[in-house]
Amino acid sequence: MFVENLTLAYGGDKPVVSGLTLEVPSGRLTAIVGPNGSGKSTLLRGMSRLMAPQSGRVLLDGKDIHRLPARELARELGILPQGPVTPEGITAVELVSRGRHPYRGMFARLTADDQSAIDQALAAVELEELKDRPVDQLSGGQRQRVWIAMVLAQGTPHLLLDEPTTYLDLAHAVDVMNVVHAAAHTSARTVVVVLHDLTLAAQYADHLVVMGNGEIAAQGSPVEVLSAELLQEVFGLRATVVEVGGAPVVVPDRRLAV
Amino acid sequence: MNPRTLVLSAACALLAIALALVSLSVGTTKLPVVDVLQSLLGGGDGSTRLIVLELRLPRVATGLLVGIAFAVSGALLQTLSRNALASPDIVGVNSGASAAAVTVIVLAGTGGGNISGIAARVGIPLAAIIGGLAATAIVGVLSIQRGVIDAGRIVLIGVGVAAAANSLVAWLLVIGDVTDAGRAAAWLAGSLNARTWSDALPVGLAVLLLVPAAVAFNRDLDALVLGDDVASALGVRVSRVRVALLVIATVLAAMATAGAGPIAFVALVAPQIAQRLAKTERPPLLSTALLGALFVTAADLVARNGLEVLQVGPYELPVGVVTAAAGAPYLLHLIGRQQKGR
Repeated sequence: MFVENLTLAYGGDKPVVSGLTLEVPSGRLTAIVGPNGSGKSTLLRGMSRLMAPQSGRVLLDGKDIHRLPARELARELGILPQGPVTPEGITAVELVSRGRHPYRGMFARLTADDQSAIDQALAAVELEELKDRPVDQLSGGQRQRVWIAMVLAQGTPHLLLDEPTTYLDLAHAVDVMNVVHAAAHTSARTVVVVLHDLTLAAQYADHLVVMGNGEIAAQGSPVEVLSAELLQEVFGLRATVVEVGGAPVVVPDRRLAV
Repeated sequence: MNPRTLVLSAACALLAIALALVSLSVGTTKLPVVDVLQSLLGGGDGSTRLIVLELRLPRVATGLLVGIAFAVSGALLQTLSRNALASPDIVGVNSGASAAAVTVIVLAGTGGGNISGIAARVGIPLAAIIGGLAATAIVGVLSIQRGVIDAGRIVLIGVGVAAAANSLVAWLLVIGDVTDAGRAAAWLAGSLNARTWSDALPVGLAVLLLVPAAVAFNRDLDALVLGDDVASALGVRVSRVRVALLVIATVLAAMATAGAGPIAFVALVAPQIAQRLAKTERPPLLSTALLGALFVTAADLVARNGLEVLQVGPYELPVGVVTAAAGAPYLLHLIGRQQKGR
């Protein structure tokens, strides 16, 4: 996946992302981090077709995503937007089966292929036992995993996830990130995930992209990229970066009232 | 279709047919159901045939068809705007259709006479479609945000358009000739009284063509309930689908309005009840259609015979009064529920 000179703006406003170029490593987990308003979610929308670029292109295996037919693109590229709304009463397995939409005919029933993709996706997020439960009765973490299973069932070689761990406590966030990591590494998908938790991003990402003001401030392996200077410069955060088990951990400097 | 939805559809269909048969047999001349069935199947004596096939069947058929059209229209609007309050009676479609139809009745009326044959037969359905589509077009255009029709704005803007169209209706009733205004007012209440085959025909065509068209969008509707972004990520061309569904819903409601007046609450209530009974995440189209047919047929049976059974008198109520009496409490319940959900 290759992002070429991409400029994204809402209406006539000043661009949120300007002239951004990014090569996304194939079959790896790429995390995009950055302060609020740095344009990371906008970039993800622009990398799918949820937002049309003002200029520039996004290439998928050399093909411009805006020139592909909608259904064909939906078999190549999956995206889970931030905080999707779960319809009342839908069961987990029904929601996951909606991921097969790009493969289904107008009236056709689920094929054996569809069924096995759905089963595999539910297995990948470890929710086989809860599959007949209404999604709105599941915990926040389980609900998020159902949604991820929905995009996994879509069976796309490329996957974009916008803040899949927002509002989850750390244990559930880790569950979700384990699933996301496995999606990249055990099924050789190219996965891009926008995260706001730097330490979580650094723990899982193969490639870390730091955004600031609509541009890439730094990118590379988490160990190379995350430094005290960068945090000060891009996030305005005073912090110490320590390494635990080969991955950087951000420890903010405290200023305690006496 | 899941088993629950299938059972619900079958039950609604059987009940609707049963009530339709009852409706064909009761009236000034009471006929045994067996005679009714014989007439329907091509037998029976001349006078029975006349009563069943010429006098009562058009009314019953119009009721069934109008019920289907309103209900499916409501199901589509509720699904595509993701709001249980969205229905053609709320978002201005029925009001737009009514305003145009009343315009025809009042302005083409000859001050006491009936509208001449052609004007009434073609004029009202055509005016209703134009008025309904105009209302939808205004709602659609005003709901556009960032280049796409915003699901959340449809209901708010629709309520405004409905209010505008209703005040136009009120003004027409004031300036119109008393007789015309009276006929318009009766029509506005929603009535199946004295329907003929030419009332049933336009709505019948609409149901025949547009209900299958709506069903063809079932998969897209499945994706659309997950939100515009998710639907679009799944390969649905959200804007196009939404416009197509808006047009289908509008024409269905407008033709139903042309056939029987803006019968209240059918489009709002039938999809919601069908969804609750089927336990699905959106109104199932087929069950909703059959439930709509059942609702209108039952309401018309009450409208025709309710007062007589209560021994208040031999008068008929307009069917819309009965559906409103049944539907209004439900609307209040829905609004209360939505506010609690916030």
